Amino acid sequence: MTATQASFIASVLDPQAAVPQGLQNPDGAPATKRFDVYRNNVSVSLADALETAFPVVRKLVGDAFFRAMAGVYLRQHPPKTPLMMFYGDAMPAFLGRFTPARSLPYLSDIAAVELAMRHAYHAADVPPMDAETLATLAPDALLQTRLRFAPATQVIPSDYPIYSIYRANTVADAPKPVMQPETVLITRPDLDPMIDPINTATARCITALLKGQTLGQAMTGVGDDLDMGGTLGLLLRQSAVTAIY
Amino acid sequence: MFDATAPSPLPARPGVGYKPQHYSAIMANPGPVRWLEIHAENYMGDGGRPIAQLRQLAELFPISVHGVGLSIGGEGDLDADHLARLKHLVGWLNPASFSEHLAWSTHDTHFFNDLLPLPYNSATLSRVATHIDQLQEALGRQILLENPSSYLAFAGATMSETDFLRDLTTRTGCGLLLDVNNVFVSATNLQTSPQDYIADFPLHAVGEIHLGGHDVDADETGAPLLIDSHGKPVVDPVWSLLDLTLAKTGPKPVLIEWDNDVPEWPVLASEAARADAVLASQ
Amino acid sequence: MSKATKTLVLASAVATALAGLSTTASAAGEVKCFGISLAGQNDCAAGPGTTCAGTSSVDYQGNAWTLVPAGTCETMELPTMADGTPRTGALEALDRDLPA
Repeated sequence: MTATQASFIASVLDPQAAVPQGLQNPDGAPATKRFDVYRNNVSVSLADALETAFPVVRKLVGDAFFRAMAGVYLRQHPPKTPLMMFYGDAMPAFLGRFTPARSLPYLSDIAAVELAMRHAYHAADVPPMDAETLATLAPDALLQTRLRFAPATQVIPSDYPIYSIYRANTVADAPKPVMQPETVLITRPDLDPMIDPINTATARCITALLKGQTLGQAMTGVGDDLDMGGTLGLLLRQSAVTAIY
Repeated sequence: MFDATAPSPLPARPGVGYKPQHYSAIMANPGPVRWLEIHAENYMGDGGRPIAQLRQLAELFPISVHGVGLSIGGEGDLDADHLARLKHLVGWLNPASFSEHLAWSTHDTHFFNDLLPLPYNSATLSRVATHIDQLQEALGRQILLENPSSYLAFAGATMSETDFLRDLTTRTGCGLLLDVNNVFVSATNLQTSPQDYIADFPLHAVGEIHLGGHDVDADETGAPLLIDSHGKPVVDPVWSLLDLTLAKTGPKPVLIEWDNDVPEWPVLASEAARADAVLASQ
Repeated sequence: MSKATKTLVLASAVATALAGLSTTASAAGEVKCFGISLAGQNDCAAGPGTTCAGTSSVDYQGNAWTLVPAGTCETMELPTMADGTPRTGALEALDRDLPA
């Protein structure tokens, strides 16, 4: 009798489960600790991967909590592909409903930021547009212009101060966060992902542009405090714009 | 049909498993290291620094692509998406060598990030041979298949690992990657002789050799249980096995693998220098 | 905003953005990696890599645990509770384990 791979995996993921039949020590006795090697390898390697993937979440909750939480996560959400660099896609949603973390309602959004930084790091390389291209357009044409974005570009809104919390846990002597909603723009001007705080009006404007709206549409109805010059400047400076159309 | 006896285009000199933290040191002075091995799955993003670094390294060094995620021993079909990713990577990089493992890691579309064991019998042989055929067909090249580290035995096994690998090379024309540390780990764990394993191994098909460190534990009876952790220097008995192997095969590309607790570059380079000395003494 | 006004605002925004680029270009590379990785390490934000190695650390227990977050979150006084009272970092112990 040979253990099927289904029964092997079921026992690997459940430490309380019996070791599948047909797995043996050298003397023919049923394997116990030898099977635990695979239990270790799977859970430790996946938990290690999550530690690497979410260093700020880990700092926020502490090592012991993170490790235990990772044990729950990896059993509910084993990787769907062998690309470990993208493991943890479900973490923001998971943390949002993870009861033991309910005292930290911002945790889910911080995980979303870390995920976005990772996706930006591995995003396709697309050369930025020469910013002067915009200067060549007539004012009327500008209104009808749409921007094409580098694939690393993402806007992450939050009801919590995600930029400040992220900074406070990654940069020495960063200011202490104060309770306020914050939205971040994630870009990758060269090879390193960048995170910038943006206000609500800028966030709405960039989100509209990302959806393919024209500059004219994207600056309408997003808030009186929209600094369009600042918004365009930020996008150009972070090499987020690759073309106009 | 691929030819299991065709030599690997990797140089018969030392290589190391590439880690990004060693990038600057390697670019400054690779020392005895003549080629690099990368894990295929770490270079399957769309772009960014990993791909940029790999392009630069590939201009200076022969590259061996080592897949860790195809699950060649899986009961299910090969993951077509992953096969396509491998084809894309091998297509643009055109590496000197491509290797994968005699193991499984995916079940029911989930990937478990470990090299899980197989019972050696005719059913497993047919399945693995079919998967290797599909992989070689997709890549348009011969692959090398690596012997695993074993921690336990299967009651359902009817063949030795060496016979199983020999039959695979005959059926598919694949070459073999002989991990000498895995030989030592498996033989210790299964209480067999590593020298006998080397003597029985189809050495004519070996295109590359792996060396790495392991951890020492014991099972519930107190019997030794070695863990293939790649987190320590190569131990002396494994260096001796390398000697024994190279005496039979002649010089081969020899790789130092160090994946956990990765040391500073000089430590890795000194392991490579030791491999170079063993190669030079043949 | 009328179309004419919008046209003006946008044209001036483009001018401002382009003018700003030349003066702040050198500041763009200000902070990299945000200290997540060690200084000089060039794979920050890469995320987990693959492994083909095993491990001898023992960590495969199931869900039987009772823990509260105990990291930097404790010292951040963040955020306020749903009822508006500020959280001071004293995290209440959880009254139950995870659902199995």
